[in-house]
Amino acid sequence: MRYIGKETSRVDGVAKVTGKARYVAEFPVKNPAYGFIVTSEIAKGSIKSINTEMAMKAAGVLKVYTHQNATKSQAKGNAYTALQSPKIAFSNQPIALVVAETYEQARYAASLVKAEYNKEKPQTDTLEANKVATNKVTRRTPNTRGNTQTGLTNSDVKIEAEYTIPIEHHNPMEMHGAIAFWEGDKLMMFDKSQGVYGVRGHLAQSFGIPAENVKVVSLFVGGAFGASLKPNYYPFMTAMAARDLKRPVKINYTRRQMFQGHGYRPFTYQKIQMGATKDGKLQAVVHESVGNTASYENFQENSSGFGRTLYKVPNYDSKYNLVKTDLPTPVWMRAPGAVSGAFAIESAIDELAYKLKIDPLEMRKINYAEKDPETGKPYSSKELMKCFDVGAKTFGWKKRKLEPRSNKDGNWLVGMGCGIGTWGAWQAPAGAKVTLRADGTVHIGSATADIGPGTYTTMTMIASEFLGIKPNQVKFELGKTEFPRAPSQGGSITTASVGSAIYGASMNIRKKLFDMALKIENSPFIERRVEDTELMNGMLRLKNDSSKSVSVAELLKKNNMTEIVETYQAMPSKERANYTTMGHGIQFAEVKVDEDLGIVKVTKVIEATACGRVINPLTAHSQEMGGMIWGIGMALHEHTEIDHRYGRMMTTNFADYHIPSNADVGYINTEFVEEEDKIVNPLGVKGMGELCLVGAPAAIANAIFNATGKRIRDLPITPDKLI
Amino acid sequence: MRPFKYDRAKKSNDATKMVASNKNAKFLAGGTNIVDLMKENVERPDALVDVNNLELKQIKSMGSNISIGALAKNKDTANHPLIKQNFPLLTQAILSGASAQIRNMATNGGNLNQRTRCVYFYDTATPCNKREPGTGCGAAEGLNRMHAIFGYSDKCVATHPSDMCIALAALDAVVHVEDEKGNKRKILFGAYHRLPGDTPEKDNNLKHGELITSIEIPKNKFANNSYYLKVRDRASYAFALVSVATGLEIKNGIIRKSRIAMGGVAHKPWRAMIAEKELIGKKPSQKLFERAAKMEMERAKPLEHNKYKVTLGERAIVRALKMASA
Repeated sequence: MRYIGKETSRVDGVAKVTGKARYVAEFPVKNPAYGFIVTSEIAKGSIKSINTEMAMKAAGVLKVYTHQNATKSQAKGNAYTALQSPKIAFSNQPIALVVAETYEQARYAASLVKAEYNKEKPQTDTLEANKVATNKVTRRTPNTRGNTQTGLTNSDVKIEAEYTIPIEHHNPMEMHGAIAFWEGDKLMMFDKSQGVYGVRGHLAQSFGIPAENVKVVSLFVGGAFGASLKPNYYPFMTAMAARDLKRPVKINYTRRQMFQGHGYRPFTYQKIQMGATKDGKLQAVVHESVGNTASYENFQENSSGFGRTLYKVPNYDSKYNLVKTDLPTPVWMRAPGAVSGAFAIESAIDELAYKLKIDPLEMRKINYAEKDPETGKPYSSKELMKCFDVGAKTFGWKKRKLEPRSNKDGNWLVGMGCGIGTWGAWQAPAGAKVTLRADGTVHIGSATADIGPGTYTTMTMIASEFLGIKPNQVKFELGKTEFPRAPSQGGSITTASVGSAIYGASMNIRKKLFDMALKIENSPFIERRVEDTELMNGMLRLKNDSSKSVSVAELLKKNNMTEIVETYQAMPSKERANYTTMGHGIQFAEVKVDEDLGIVKVTKVIEATACGRVINPLTAHSQEMGGMIWGIGMALHEHTEIDHRYGRMMTTNFADYHIPSNADVGYINTEFVEEEDKIVNPLGVKGMGELCLVGAPAAIANAIFNATGKRIRDLPITPDKLI
Repeated sequence: MRPFKYDRAKKSNDATKMVASNKNAKFLAGGTNIVDLMKENVERPDALVDVNNLELKQIKSMGSNISIGALAKNKDTANHPLIKQNFPLLTQAILSGASAQIRNMATNGGNLNQRTRCVYFYDTATPCNKREPGTGCGAAEGLNRMHAIFGYSDKCVATHPSDMCIALAALDAVVHVEDEKGNKRKILFGAYHRLPGDTPEKDNNLKHGELITSIEIPKNKFANNSYYLKVRDRASYAFALVSVATGLEIKNGIIRKSRIAMGGVAHKPWRAMIAEKELIGKKPSQKLFERAAKMEMERAKPLEHNKYKVTLGERAIVRALKMASA
């Protein structure tokens, strides 16, 4: 391989650091008006009256939209649509949109909109709501493997423990934003999005116009983590105002608004019962989860499902109680379900290991699943055992003492812990249009996104590899609905999906050229197969004899062509169904705890990850670093606190909602354990951007236990919980 | 943000006159707090008088005192040789606050006048007597993990957010202020900030139109035995759960003078006078520190979610004294 597997700097790096990369709010449009969203002060009830007079009189204000004058959306489904009725279903629900000549004017006028409400008592406490039968919307029936009663009875040692994870918010660096304008019945929409096709479909439906009439553009995304995976409600508001005012309208969020009335990681309560024989063999796991959703829409995570494939356990029960609350609908947030489930399962197995006095890493080896314990299918590849060894060695696991509180460094108690992570190696249908020109340059378009993982770069590398050209000859474009459809960038599926489309297109281009080459006089490829050839530096040549070659430019010329255009739709293979396809990894954490003061320092996190073939080790490493830092935040800092009296999220800025600062991050590193996987997809790649987070919070909590002997089952682990 | 008038003052007297003549006017220095609060619609001045051009930036030795200008930046104050040498406690406290970017902008006078970080104060949809007198206190029976354990009232349980001020309280600083008529007065640091009582909207005893010109710190013998300890939810850029500023004067193994001030526990920097007194004339020891800390913290009255601050405060006093006396 010339490019794949080699550290490659981002092809869009210069554009990003010089400001040439345009984020949504930066697109120049003529004469834009600015919208600012006014939100509800109450969490439940209805708007009795809304006074927009003062706002309308404020300087520069063009119009104020409320449920009384807003366009009725034709969107189907239960997702919240703004300004459709006086009903209030969550605090900070939009109640008006003020549009003015400048952003500042709009924001000021927004403060002048006054609403009177019919207030009802909100219920935003998930566990309280769970006590009321009418709030329960259990969607997945209990899922049973074997007989957990028998399993627990046969266990020598058992634990039963409860774990809670608070609501958390994504908070990407770039805030939500959109610009919309209309040309007749055609809508042009710039939206910060992880999937332009999703936004197009949503808007076409909302306005009752054909999808072809909506163009959506999102070229660069400053992080999203799931916050922009589903169409948000603000693009509709933006487009509605733009249509009504007959001029471009722009909406851009404040940081506080990023916490308000949006998707978030749901509150999760989990109860685990786990039993093992005295030699550490797991006999049974019972995993019950409770998570919250909105009153008007269901959103469910798979927090109790991920654990089912982790260990060789004959008996397993899991169920999930979804509970209605007067909060906005949660949404996927990096490693949704998996990281929440892993916090519980990976803490519980640690608890069991201590009870058995078995090294926690050994405990995981004892229960290692060689094949999928849920389906009995083989894994397409699984080098987790190697990850255990590589990670343990790099981390220095053997220096760990099993007995809690037995390792000290001055005032600090030192502890080590680990946690396994898994993530599905999925692939979704994806299209790419590849144009190979006679001059050797290539253009590729695919309506995928690059929310930060380096998609621009990896796709360029894949094309360069298989079309035999240099990366600077490739122009890869994404984020426009004019390109072939690709899945939204979520679930860590982009490289597997879009990469396979580019690979497929490249193979078809080679085939077309090969067929052309066969027809020329004295073709060097007579009695050769296309598989024997490769594209390299503008030539189609034999792999094992590069002197046997034909110039691509000449082939095209002979056929009166200037370019070859190949639109390819990559589909997951049928063979995948015979296997379980997953990425695996383990995180090791070392912490130092000042027990008197409750201070935790995460001094080291080492991750070993088996995620198929790594296309670009440089950007992959960045992803893994980010995931581990996220794990530190989830374990120690992040917490959207709600005042249940008002049903209102209160820690809605970066002073009160903590994420790790540089000073909170010690030494972190990743070891990739390569896997050769011919089943998973033609490139042999698996997603990694979420995998790196999954085991991290449990690893840190387990390390804190090893240091202090205190088991904290309620995240985040702040100083008050440790003193 | 509400529209407002902006003026830039050339002399102190212009500034004080401009503010004094308009009850809705405010001074603007570094802007790191007031601008945020204006964006959130919490502060609603109709005029800002920018004082950044005034000659109040000097840090100098004046006889038995060191004077620091009200407009000297936090960063420049912390790193000034006179401060580092005489009051390492102040340097340590300033550098443990906010972020480097904020310290580059924030001024000393502004630091004294920064407002509480109570989440109810910041959210105009919730009650807050400090923001809107008479609306009630959201925190008293709400989320009060960050709130006061000393000196609060039924009107307000907010805490003062500064680190710098905790050190200044321990160092017996004096605040120099000037009004629009040119009258100058000195306010002892302990009398500068207020407890909330029935008027939590007033953070301090500054009169409208009065401008801080400098902060004076008497020279002392704490430099070798001082320590600022800050316990917070993350390692940087977080407000104190509890902080302790300590300064000891130890002669022949005996504590002659002691200063202990606490942050994160009250509406103002909290001088732990009971603990201070207990230390005088005694040899530093773990037991002594524990006893003194306990005596102080016994008087705390925690709220529903901040009971941990009593234990944490006690341990933080002990640790800070240990570090200072080492």
